[in-house]
Amino acid sequence: MATAILDLPEQEFVMPGTRTCAGCGLPIAYRYILKALGPKTIVTLPACCLTILHGIYPKTPIAVNAVNNTFASTAASASGLAAGLKATGQDDYTVLAMAGDGGTFDMGIQALSGAAERETNFIYVCYDNEAYMNTGVQRSSATPTGAFTTTTPVIPKEQPKKDFIQIMEAHHPAYLATTCSSYPGDLYNKFVKAKSIKGTRFVHLAIPCPAGWLFPTKDTIKIGRLAVETGVVVLYEVENGVLQLTGKTLSLARSGRRRPVEEYLKLQGRFKKILPEQMESFQQQIDLRWEQLLGRAGF
Amino acid sequence: MEQTLILTGNQAAALAAKLCRVQVIAAYPITPQSKIPEVLSEYVERGELKAEFVRVESEHSAMGVCISASLVGARVFTATAANGLAYMHEQLHWAAGARLPIVMPVANRGLGAPWTILNDMQDSIAQRDTGWMQFYCQDNQQILDQVILAYRVAEQLLIPIMVCFDGFRLSHTMMPVSIPSQEQVDAFLPAFQPPYLLDPERPVNINPVVMTDPIADPQGNLCPGYMGFRRRLQEDLEAALPVVVEASTAFEKAFGRCYQDPLYRYQTEDADFLFVTMGSLSSEASETVDLLRDEGIKAGVVGLRVFRPFPAEILSQAVQRANCLAVIEKAISYGYEGALNTELKAALFSHNGHRPTIFNYVVGLGGKDVKPADLVESAHETLHAAQNGTRQEHPRWLGREV
Repeated sequence: MATAILDLPEQEFVMPGTRTCAGCGLPIAYRYILKALGPKTIVTLPACCLTILHGIYPKTPIAVNAVNNTFASTAASASGLAAGLKATGQDDYTVLAMAGDGGTFDMGIQALSGAAERETNFIYVCYDNEAYMNTGVQRSSATPTGAFTTTTPVIPKEQPKKDFIQIMEAHHPAYLATTCSSYPGDLYNKFVKAKSIKGTRFVHLAIPCPAGWLFPTKDTIKIGRLAVETGVVVLYEVENGVLQLTGKTLSLARSGRRRPVEEYLKLQGRFKKILPEQMESFQQQIDLRWEQLLGRAGF
Repeated sequence: MEQTLILTGNQAAALAAKLCRVQVIAAYPITPQSKIPEVLSEYVERGELKAEFVRVESEHSAMGVCISASLVGARVFTATAANGLAYMHEQLHWAAGARLPIVMPVANRGLGAPWTILNDMQDSIAQRDTGWMQFYCQDNQQILDQVILAYRVAEQLLIPIMVCFDGFRLSHTMMPVSIPSQEQVDAFLPAFQPPYLLDPERPVNINPVVMTDPIADPQGNLCPGYMGFRRRLQEDLEAALPVVVEASTAFEKAFGRCYQDPLYRYQTEDADFLFVTMGSLSSEASETVDLLRDEGIKAGVVGLRVFRPFPAEILSQAVQRANCLAVIEKAISYGYEGALNTELKAALFSHNGHRPTIFNYVVGLGGKDVKPADLVESAHETLHAAQNGTRQEHPRWLGREV
């Protein structure tokens, strides 16, 4: 069962005054991640939307230690933190690496693959808002088919989203989970569990972005929920090769009341030029993955 | 007890890291540096060195690991060469900007394209402007000594240091090296005391976004803008030479070998003609000086051991008496001339206005052998030009073939 909102720890590590855009899903998720991991956390982050959230020197709204590093080296930085903390007898810290889809699917993949293969003791979170949002909504390999971005401004992206979660699962991390900022209880539980496990832990975190996806800022939670209710985002976790569905996805799998992908796509301006055949193909891809994941979960 | 071992340059560098009790090592192998991580892996796996060895997947990550491990208070070590160093370039700026006392041997090698695995100094000279200090070694004893010295200087100044030595010519050549005892090194280089400690009660955002102009913190104290941080790095580098001298004085007291002078000097007292060079070329130039002296030419050598910070005033004084200089370099700033040549001329302009005849020679790129005959030729040409009052338009490439 997902932890109820009222049962979450009261201590806050994300203070008022973050510099994210209005309606951003990231501070919502970050708040619960840090509640789950607690004060003895050190976070490493590249240049990304999270850098903006962390604020401008000499002020920061974040009440855990943080290290900023170069774009391609988030997981290398985490390796350095893990090694340095161990070598200096401070290894009671939780090392949290957190990067966007650009810093993970694209530029950071080498360092992350290396760190995962070395079974580095850290939690890596890819918060995925499906484009290079911090630099102004340019296409990434996480951008889905049919979305327009500032570097696919006339012809919406033709290629499908890279299946990065599978790439990470091929590294056989100690723990792998997917979650979404619209489900704080599910998210919190997964980070509590991740904290209790040693080794490489990978979390894919779906984050709606009103500025880049073009929906009203009041709808961030709704869009994230629709992503899950349509099966575009599937909530699950993998331990020792065993996949378990969680939260809303689990109840959808039981009830069979998954909604059509169109309901999710039509609320976002980025898909306004999506072609009917792309929409159909999108639904087919989602259906196929849904069947595969449910099959692995024993449905 | 000190003992003398016959070591390659790479073995000397690895042994120096062990003697310095480095706590985190992250390295990716590249010819001609590969033996350094190999030897260190063996030390760590045999339990002779208590360190975390992170076998990274690239040089960019090697420096990424070193940066973050250093930030949380560990003494860190890596080593690289050539394209590995070039791949690290972004991280070099980050390490210096973050003021981290990382020490990194560089086994100097030429950069592609086309590929070469052999020696020149284009790799480290091209990293001149990253904010790192650069020491250059002439033999394997210096490699061991300069690594130990570098940690002491780096940790005092919070500035990273490259200890550069010629690939293959030193990295793979065996020489006798006097090895100090662990106790001696411990006394010279106590455990690293980081300038701050991580505290969950007082969390910090390290290397954040900084604005152009100073901004007040919640207590009203003005905190630096970007240029403020960068100016502090430059000011500390400007004041770094005396720190090197002071550490060298302590080094001499501890180990008996003397590096107070940032320059290597050979037969300079009465010299009319000087080779100005760096690294193991200083030794080759010294051999040539003996040949020139046999001809009756009052020749000498000035070799830079410290290239960053640039010892401009000391170098200007060292060449003041000579009216004829041949600057011999294994690197070039394409489209102009060797960096040392440019910087020597700038130093003379700024410090004593001395205008000797200066000829710049590019030698030994991609491992090309530098023969004493080539250096003799360069000396004769420069001396001849001094008599005729001719000046050099462009650097001359010695040993040029097809």
